[in-house]
Amino acid sequence: MTSVRGAQRPTSDPKGTPVATTTLTRRDAAGKSGDRVFSGAALGAGILILVVLFGVAVFLIIQALPVLGADPADITGGEGFGAYIFPIVVGTVIAAAIALLLATPLGIGVALFISHYAPRRLAMTFGYLVDLLAAIPSVVYGAWGYAVLAPRLAVVYGWLAENLGWIPLFAGPASQTGKTILTAGIVLAVMVLPIITSLSREIFLQTPTLHEEAALAMGATRLEMIRMAVLPFARAGIVSAAMLGLGRALGETMAVALVLSGGALTASLIQSGNQTIAAEIALNFPEAYGLRLSELIAAGLVLFVITLAVNIIARWIISRHREFSGAN
Amino acid sequence: MSKRIDVKDLNVYYSKFLAVEDVNISIEARSVTAFIGPSGCGKSTFLRTLNRMHEVIPGAHVEGEVLLDGDDLYDPAVDPVTVRGQVGMVFQRPNPFPTMSIRDNVLAGVKLNNKRISRSDADALVEKSLRGANLWNEVKDRLGRPGSGLSGGQQQRLCIARAIAVSPQVILMDEPCSALDPISTLAIEDLINELKADYTVVIVTHNMQQAARVSDKTAFFNIAGTGKPGKLIEYADTTTIFNKPLQKSTEDYVSGRFG
Repeated sequence: MTSVRGAQRPTSDPKGTPVATTTLTRRDAAGKSGDRVFSGAALGAGILILVVLFGVAVFLIIQALPVLGADPADITGGEGFGAYIFPIVVGTVIAAAIALLLATPLGIGVALFISHYAPRRLAMTFGYLVDLLAAIPSVVYGAWGYAVLAPRLAVVYGWLAENLGWIPLFAGPASQTGKTILTAGIVLAVMVLPIITSLSREIFLQTPTLHEEAALAMGATRLEMIRMAVLPFARAGIVSAAMLGLGRALGETMAVALVLSGGALTASLIQSGNQTIAAEIALNFPEAYGLRLSELIAAGLVLFVITLAVNIIARWIISRHREFSGAN
Repeated sequence: MSKRIDVKDLNVYYSKFLAVEDVNISIEARSVTAFIGPSGCGKSTFLRTLNRMHEVIPGAHVEGEVLLDGDDLYDPAVDPVTVRGQVGMVFQRPNPFPTMSIRDNVLAGVKLNNKRISRSDADALVEKSLRGANLWNEVKDRLGRPGSGLSGGQQQRLCIARAIAVSPQVILMDEPCSALDPISTLAIEDLINELKADYTVVIVTHNMQQAARVSDKTAFFNIAGTGKPGKLIEYADTTTIFNKPLQKSTEDYVSGRFG
């Protein structure tokens, strides 16, 4: 617009010497203020996230402080906060690890099926169904795990204890109800599966056709094409997807509280026992006051730190391969 | 190491749409053949039928025969994966794998189908292919660096090195210089002249001077109108096509009257 307006103005006097025009200095006032509003909004949103995160951290730290000065004997378990928190940190990590180990390969497989194998119409329906899984409330998953999955798995656990009991992970006696950390991990896997699948699928679909065709034109089979062009391209995205899934698995409360009959730390995945931080907080929070409340909040702070650490590690893994990511 | 191509009565479809109609053409071994014609005339589509890349697009299929030294590429018993191993392709935009080093890019095709290759053989092959693509001197000190860090012209030569590393019979090039600057274009054209000694080269180009410079024979494709199928109008020695073509439309096109 500016250039058109400028062209209508005389740009030189009759002698041919140029005269100054306002084409360079004029601005579209509306456009300029719009730009300012948008950049302000974007900045505000960015700051808001930091403020919220900072606020949560400060709240957790202040509320957790009494635990530091407390007499170890007053802490639940009677042996100090370290002894109290360690088993449930391990339990949390075990449950989340089981969930990720099961859900990541499965999620990538389902995503690849949707993006590269299934006929287009089937793929769309399938994609919607997977997305729908993410919309189911966690209490429903918990109820399903409690009522349906656990009793059936109890039979499997019995068999595992009998035949593979020499492996510490499957040491007996197996839980009769099936409410174990392994069941919790499996339920969590089902819950994080849609997150990993949807994100991976979106990334697989963005693989440049150019690279897929490069692989195919060299005589790659479909599987080789996927290994050569799709997966390397999607690498960072898969890690991000798994980390988001892990975030949900670490923080999931309701499903674990329902499915796991918690207890002391044990190496066996098929006995009752173990506990996760989120479920520990949820189960004890209603009756907690004073020091006990501070303990639970300190446990929340530990979970916060674990999640943060996991995300930092994931970023680091991604950035190590930046040069080969194709972003340049 | 190079084979001739004979195409008989080939119709090329996208689903029900007939994109290229009734092509008959014989391409000699160890020669450079250029396909020219206006945009949308089906020359790239036809090129992609020569290594069965056409059918990668859902619904795309062909009728007719494409014979590689007498063997029909479209025989039901033929695996397209094997075909593509023998008929290599270089694309319009350079497409080295961004996640691989220069060295791995060259070896990508060789390592397919779980083939094993010793380190010394691999080193020799990388050097030979990169020398063959006139790229060795520029990259020999940074074989471990990502291929995407090279300039456009270098990337395209890397793609050519990748294509010749598997010792194909035929190399197809789909407008290989259209994204490159004149210097890089010259480098690729020189390379095409050298490749002719060992390979059958088929090149699609929008640039008529390029066709005149690099090819032995030229095929002119044209289209009657939007929605109509593309056709092979004339196929002859490059000098004939550019100096005294038989068809009026060929003459109009090469003299710049349309397209």
